[in-house]
Formats: sequence, C-alpha cells, structure tokens
Amino acid sequence: MLDIKNLHVAVGGKEILKGLTLSIAAGEVHAIMGPNGSGKSTLAYLLAGRTGYDITQGSVTYRGEDLNTLAPEERAAKGLFLAMQYPVEIPGVTTLTFLKTALNAQHRARGEKELDAMSVLKFVRKKAEALKVSEDMLKRALNVGFSGGEKKRLEILQMALFEPKLAVLDETDSGLDIDALKLVAEGVNALRSPSRAMLVITHYQRLLNYIVPDRIHVLAQGKIVAEGGKELAHELEAKGYEHIAGKAA
Amino acid sequence: MERAPKGLSEETVRYISAKKDEPDWMLQWRLGAFARWQQMREPTWARVHYQKIDYQNAYYYAAPKNTPKKQSLDEVDPKLLETYNKLGIPLHEQMALAGVAVDAVFDSVSVATTFKAKLNEAGVIFCPISEAIRDYPELVKKYLGTVVPVTDNFFATLNSAVFSDGTFVYVPKGVRCPMELSTYFRINASETGQFERTLIVADEGSYVSYLEGCTAPKRDENQLHAAVVELVALEGAEIKYSTVQNWYPGDENGLGGIYNFVTKRGDCRGDRSKISWTQVETGSAITWKYPSCILRGDDTVGEFFSIAIANNFQQADTGTKMIHLGKNTRSRIISKGISAGQANNTYRGLVSVHPKAANARNYTQCDSLLIGAKCGAHTVPYIEARNPSARIEHEATTSKIADDQLFYCLQRGIGQEEAVALIVNGFCKEVLQQLPMEFAVEAQKLVGISLEGSVG
Repeated sequence: MLDIKNLHVAVGGKEILKGLTLSIAAGEVHAIMGPNGSGKSTLAYLLAGRTGYDITQGSVTYRGEDLNTLAPEERAAKGLFLAMQYPVEIPGVTTLTFLKTALNAQHRARGEKELDAMSVLKFVRKKAEALKVSEDMLKRALNVGFSGGEKKRLEILQMALFEPKLAVLDETDSGLDIDALKLVAEGVNALRSPSRAMLVITHYQRLLNYIVPDRIHVLAQGKIVAEGGKELAHELEAKGYEHIAGKAA
Repeated sequence: MERAPKGLSEETVRYISAKKDEPDWMLQWRLGAFARWQQMREPTWARVHYQKIDYQNAYYYAAPKNTPKKQSLDEVDPKLLETYNKLGIPLHEQMALAGVAVDAVFDSVSVATTFKAKLNEAGVIFCPISEAIRDYPELVKKYLGTVVPVTDNFFATLNSAVFSDGTFVYVPKGVRCPMELSTYFRINASETGQFERTLIVADEGSYVSYLEGCTAPKRDENQLHAAVVELVALEGAEIKYSTVQNWYPGDENGLGGIYNFVTKRGDCRGDRSKISWTQVETGSAITWKYPSCILRGDDTVGEFFSIAIANNFQQADTGTKMIHLGKNTRSRIISKGISAGQANNTYRGLVSVHPKAANARNYTQCDSLLIGAKCGAHTVPYIEARNPSARIEHEATTSKIADDQLFYCLQRGIGQEEAVALIVNGFCKEVLQQLPMEFAVEAQKLVGISLEGSVG
C-alpha cells in the first residue's frame, strides 16, 4: 500500500525528515510515536501533499505510484485521507455542503456518478449516527464554533464517508477527554478492514489502548529509531522517549 | 447601421429624441440636461484610474441594432458558450442571449404573453421607458428626475440628455406584484443600449421585486455605460431591487472592458416604506456605483447588500448612501468585497443623519477578502450624525483565504478553483441569501467563474 524509502523532507529549507523508511500493507494499522518536533506532522503533511513540504531525497510509493507526482486532490480521489490535528473552519459553508462538494469532487475525479443532495444527506445520516454527529452540526458552518471533540468526530465521519484506502490520523487524540477519545477510537476501529491501511500518529500511548496497532515505529529527530509490536507503546510510556531514542543512537 | 452623428451636441440630443418620437416636454428636459452637462466636470474622487474619456469621439445613438441573426450556436464565440454552460443556462436561453435566431420551439414569446396578462390583471405597468413616455406621460412627468435630479452628477446628467431606453414600472396602490419582474422577459431588453434609464414607482402599500441584468456575460463593445435608476416608494410600499452585473471586465492584462458609471437611488417618500438594494458586481473594468436610499418618510427602512468581486486589473469603487431624514428611520449595510489578482476594491459609503431624524439607526458591516498578495481592499466610510439620538454602528474586517483552508479542501478532494469558489461563497452567504432563489444559484456559480485562475 505505502512504501517509504530513505525519505528526506525539507520545510523552508530546513531538513526535518532525515532518512525515514517505512512500509505498510493493506489491512495493517501502524502507529508512529514520537516526541514533539520529531517530524510526525511533517510526515502527515508530506503524504497529503501540502505545499512547502519538499522531498530532497528518497521516495514515497503509494499503491504503485510515485506519490510526489500527484496533486493533493488527486491523492484524495485515489483514496488517501488525512484526519487533521487542527481541522480548519470555513465560515458560511455548511458542513453538509462541504461534505457534498468533497464527495462529488472525488466521484468526478474517479469518473463515478455524482450524488444529488438527497442521496448525500441519506448517506451522511447513516454514517453520522454512530459518531454522534448531530443534524445540527451538519447544518452549521464547517467546524465553526465546534468543540474539540466535535471537530475530531467530523474528521472520522469524513473518513467513513470517503472510504479511503490509506488513512493517516494525525494526533487524533489531542484535545479529547476520555469519553470523546473512546467514541472516536470506536469509529476508527469500525473502519478497520483487510483492504484498508492506517497510519496513526500520536504523541501518547493512550490512544493505542483503544486503537491497537500491528506495528509501532518510534520517530525521533527525523528518523525511525525503534520498531516493534504493540507492547512497544507500554515500554515507551514507562521509560520515556529519551531512553528509547538514546538507546538507538 | 443608422446612427447619430459622432460626438455630443444639441443636435445629437434632438436626433435621439426625434428617433424616439418623443413629446416636446421630453426633448426640453433632455436639452436642459445637456446644457447643464456642458458646465460640469467629470468627478475624480473615486479610487479608479482610467484614460481620459473623449466624449466627442463616441456615438450616442446607434439603433436599432440590426446585427445579423446567427443561424446556430456554432457561430457563437466558444468562450461565451463555455461560460453559459458553467452557469447552467438552458440551451434555448443560451441561444436568445447569444443572439441566435430562434424558431417556434423557443417559448419566450408565450412566456412573455402569459406574463403580460397576469400583470395587466393586477394593473402593473411594466414597459420600455420610451413607451411609457408616450403612453403614460403624466406618471413619467410626475416622477422622472425627482430622485436623481437632472443636475445630480456628471454621469447622471449625461444620461438625462442622451438616454436611449430603459424600463418603467408602476405598481398601483395596495397591489403586490404577482411575480418577480425581470428585464429578461421584456422583448428586446438586450438592445437597450449603453445609457439606460429605469424608473420604478411603488404606490401606497404596494410591493415589487425587480431583477436587473442577466448573469450571462455581455460582450459589449461600448466602453462607457452610464445608467440611472430611480425608485420611488410611497407610503407603506416596498421595493426590492436586485442586480447581477457581469459585463466584460477586460482581459487578464487589463485591456478592454466596460466602464460602468451608474447612479442608482431610491426615495422612501412615504412613511413606513422600504427600499432594499442587493447587488452582485463581478463584471466591468471599472465600477462606480453607489445605490442609495433617501429615508424621507418616518419609520422608513433602507437596506444595501453587496458583493463586489474584482479580479485581474478590475477596479471597483462601490458602496451606498443612507440619508436619514425622517424619524425612526433604519438602515442596514452589508458589504462583501473580494479582491484578487491586481485588482482594487473600495467600499465607499455615507451614513447621514439629519437634525430632524430622531431615533435613526444604522448598522454597517464591511468585510473584505483578499486573494493573493497584489490586490487591494479599501474601506471609506463617511458618517455624519446631526441628531444626538442617532445610533450608528460600523464593523469592518479584512481577511485572506488562508493556506490551511485551501489545503483542507484539497485534501478532501476539492480542486483549487472549486475550493476558492466554495470559500468565497461562504464569505458572501449573507448577501447571496437576499437574492431571489433562481438568481442566487446562478450568482453562486458566477462567483466561482469570476475568480477562476486567481490562485496558484
């Protein structure tokens, strides 16, 4: 699904990722853990294609294609989804309008039939219930005045609607209390599937109690410094990043 | 083609009046305006820059335009058709707009006929102003020039001297006009020429909603447009006037395009009357336009909702004037200015509360949105309060389309241009909501089209 080889990425001329190698197969859930400034969000933005994040060395292959040749909206249409750490507000555009616009843009790009307003509403309602996304949220302007929990739930709702092949979740746990975290994690777990890969990025082990990964990679100073199974998260929690990163260095 | 001699002289004015078969009083009115115009100077206070206009090097009357009818859409500029398609204009309407000869399949004649019957039944007069001058001289004499006097300003006075045609509407006492009036349904409306004159009178307790213009682009060769619109609302009457203006804005390098110098004013003459202006201005190289309300009666209400988009090298200097004369008068101004490319967009507004206007209230909100780093947004509010009980509020914001907003849309699969259109439509929502339904849909699409190529 995703093959990252010796990836070096610079932001504003400064190298942030310094030789990252990572491979995720369909059906797998991988976690990337790391301290602040280790390059976690840089990886997320690079995968999604944000301008200003440049590959200086190495490669990223997504489903057999060189990811670097695809525009961000093409990546989305081809099934790459990034649940953002800070979902943005768009005043005056209702959540439902946004969802319809995005769904149809992706459909169009894939040469599929566009959905009318009624079909979109039905589809959204069906998925929204489990995530406790209310009718009221759908009518309000996108993310405007939403609580932290509402914003994150809406991100997962979009993931459910777009049915991506590869979902990258950037600090989805940040700003959530325990109940909100459980709700979001359940939403994510419901989307686990043999045909879908996920990359969960987090600072804390807490999220991984609810979304249990197949593999954990520890990122420090732009490189993977440790890898292991789900038990690695507990070791990190007990001993701290410095211990693991130090051991690797 | 038959046209007046080049340049502007008394002879030109007489020629136009004769062509229109006008009564003597109308000719005298025009001549008075022309004499006055010769004493006037072109205003320079607006934040717009253009080559000096040579008024003697233009034709002021060229009609009827016997442009040969095209036989099919194949003969029409493909770029124009592309825009029609993006706007979702039905095929038979496209043909009418592009000047293609249409056969019996086109039902506009029958639409217009049913239209006329309904209006007749209600007693509403809706006709070309040239016709009204002949058929309803008393009404025209009573109201023409009473809101925008012949001497009002350089461009209005010019219009008074040489206006070629326009629209007249009269809604009788207590009548609620049974439909939205639109020039689209008036045959030959597209041939009214560059100096349009519109007069709308709503008698006591009546209501009318009028839609001006068409969302389809008008590829007009005429450089200068100087229209005058006068609205009169008598006691308890309400007039809603909506405009979508999409004239040729010039090319990406700022060549060509319409100079649009318009005087629009409404007079809330009777107590408890209301006038509401809504405008979506996306076209023209230069827009100079300040639809205003004179709140003369007590308890009158004036509203102004505006979206002005300037892209590439367009210049827009637009806003409103709310003149509070009566007691308990209220006005509301919502202005959304969007600048992209190297364009300049200025909101210029006046809120004036006269000494006798006790308890006048105004609320003004001016929001500017910038796309890119080379455009400009300017807000010039003038406020005069000469009654201590006046309450005037003014809010202004300036923002940019943020990178993270664009990236968020892209990540969800929405392409750059659609994303800009989506964000800008959200920004304009309060104004778009004021438009009649069928207009609003096209206006939303137009917002997107006007900003194509403005990012990236």
